[in-house]
Amino acid sequence: MNGPVNGSGALSPARLRPRDLARLASIGIRTRKLRAGLSALGIAIGVAAIVAVLGLSASSEAGLLAEISKLGTNLLTVTNGQTLFGQTAELPKAAPGMIGRIGPVTDVQYTGAVNNANAYKSPLINSINTNAISVDASSLGLPADVGTTVAQGTYLNAATQNEPVCALGAAAAQRLGIDRVFPGERIWVGGMWFYVTGILKPALLTPEIDSSVLIGFPAAEKYLAFDGHPSEVYVRTENSQVNAVYNVLASTANPESPNEVDVSQPSQALVAQAEAKAALNSLFLGLGAVSLLVGAVGVANIMVISVLERRSEIGLRRALGATKGHVRVQFMAEAVLLSVIGGAIGVAAGAISTAVYASAKGWQVDVPPLAWGGGFGAAILIGVIAGLMPALRAARMSPTEALWSI
Amino acid sequence: MSPLARLPWAPPPPATPAPSEPEALAPDAIASPSSAVIELFDVTKTYFVQPPVEALRGVSMAVHQGELVGVVGPSGSGKTTLLHLMGTLDRPTSGTVWVTGYDIAKLSDRELSALRAGRVGFVFQQFFLAEHQTVLDNVADGLLYAGATLAERRQAAEEALSRVGLADRLGVRPTQISGGQRQRVAIARALVGRPAIVLADEPTGNLDQATGQSILDLFVELNSEGTTIIVITHDVAIASRMRRVVRFLDGLILDDSASGGAGPRLAGAEIGPTVDGAEEAAGRSGGALSPGDGPDGPDGPEARA
Repeated sequence: MNGPVNGSGALSPARLRPRDLARLASIGIRTRKLRAGLSALGIAIGVAAIVAVLGLSASSEAGLLAEISKLGTNLLTVTNGQTLFGQTAELPKAAPGMIGRIGPVTDVQYTGAVNNANAYKSPLINSINTNAISVDASSLGLPADVGTTVAQGTYLNAATQNEPVCALGAAAAQRLGIDRVFPGERIWVGGMWFYVTGILKPALLTPEIDSSVLIGFPAAEKYLAFDGHPSEVYVRTENSQVNAVYNVLASTANPESPNEVDVSQPSQALVAQAEAKAALNSLFLGLGAVSLLVGAVGVANIMVISVLERRSEIGLRRALGATKGHVRVQFMAEAVLLSVIGGAIGVAAGAISTAVYASAKGWQVDVPPLAWGGGFGAAILIGVIAGLMPALRAARMSPTEALWSI
Repeated sequence: MSPLARLPWAPPPPATPAPSEPEALAPDAIASPSSAVIELFDVTKTYFVQPPVEALRGVSMAVHQGELVGVVGPSGSGKTTLLHLMGTLDRPTSGTVWVTGYDIAKLSDRELSALRAGRVGFVFQQFFLAEHQTVLDNVADGLLYAGATLAERRQAAEEALSRVGLADRLGVRPTQISGGQRQRVAIARALVGRPAIVLADEPTGNLDQATGQSILDLFVELNSEGTTIIVITHDVAIASRMRRVVRFLDGLILDDSASGGAGPRLAGAEIGPTVDGAEEAAGRSGGALSPGDGPDGPDGPEARA
């Protein structure tokens, strides 16, 4: 029995089932694997670049913040500021003692800049080659207070602080060309030999210590005519009282002229620095966006070619009863599928490279949702945009021309 | 009755004589008689290119349910345009085309698509099979736009393939079978939705003579089972296998073996009464009118090329 002879009722086209749409969308990809793979690769590279840049910057920031919090955010520094007339002010000799009497303060250490002395590897070095190394008198518990330790040898102690003995900051040791400590090793400081007793690890919170040659207060006064005034005081407080201590430090350190004292919290500066570094990544993000754009052009190109090549398929589908909408959604879905495959590969590649690099650096791996979600979303968006024009062209094709023009 | 008829895409049974719609739409007294699946009233089709081509110049004919019609004519005689109109792939410039009771000029593109999905099957010279799919899925795609599920489509495809004698080739790819078998697959795809009309455009054009004959045998067989089939060809020998032969020349019907379109009738081998001596001679002498070189004088539509 055949169909009806007389038309009755409304003719309405059937909707494609999601599963059928998926089958249709994957035709181009299944039948032209290499081509589809290459155009998906373009998207993958762009997405991978974006995910990796965001992931790496998040991981490095997380790594830095973790290190900072390990070092403690409860370190405050008190520095001699400037007088009203622009000269370097002096902290009173009693400042460390007075600060130590503030209730929540747990540790006070200090250094004093020995301004008239420079350090050289030997007396034969020309005196203008100071290597930007400063000479500072130091209290004995300094390394622990600023969150560093001795890399080699020992730090100054109650005996060596009276003698011409020094400890080197990490950068100072490097600039002097000293990478190990041996008995009898000495450097030329302020016109006389000082024996090296130890080398410090880098002090992340207080980088000024890295480029210092550190000697004892008594020795500085005895051999280098040091006046004994501290120039930097490093204060550890109870974690909950950091702000309270911060507010009273200046007037405690120098009650006579608190305005000549600078107080800072080094961890805060580092956090700000870490955030500023992340902002630099916009350049790399821009590069990722450009490669994503190139990938989009590639997908659009492939779809245009695909529509031209598949004219007869389009004509056949129209003859089988496909509406313009069916044809449009088929090619649209194909472009989106292509981009989504590229996007998924890109997210995976970006995440893997972030994980590899971050674990090599010892950072915590952190791929923020913005990175992979954004990369994936960008891929879908690109599929829609790249597929729109070819899909519209395919749908506009007249079935008779599509079928009989081959 | 076949289980297909109960499936959702199966066209509704020829219910009560159509309520009112077609009658209401009919332009005048010549409303479509209930047994005609296709009717053309004074149809013209002009392609507006430079210079304009009049592919059809006032054609009226009717095809009734259960007919096996051969439309024959030389290249450029307008027969492919006729196929476009009968298959609702195009609309006439003037005149009326009724397909299964619908005036196609009054339907939107979406409605025409739905009409094709349920009621018209196409068979092409180039088969148009998808090489990445099995024979079964190629045939099942004939129902893709009719709203059936994949399982339903495959079941119907299996039945259609057994009707064309390929029940044992379901799982192979079109590239692994012969040309004749491919055309059988394409015919199965046209039949799978049990359409009211099957339109075949030069179905044997890519096949050797013996294979072509077997395809024609298949059409005759399917027609005796009740399928309405219209075969368009330039080959008079092929057309003569059809029960009714309509000859075309220069966008007009030269003659129709069922003059008046009263119903199916065995036309036999001879082609209607002589209307035009020269055309008759051309048809007989060559057996086939080779494209464009017939002695049919001022061939207007050819100017397109």
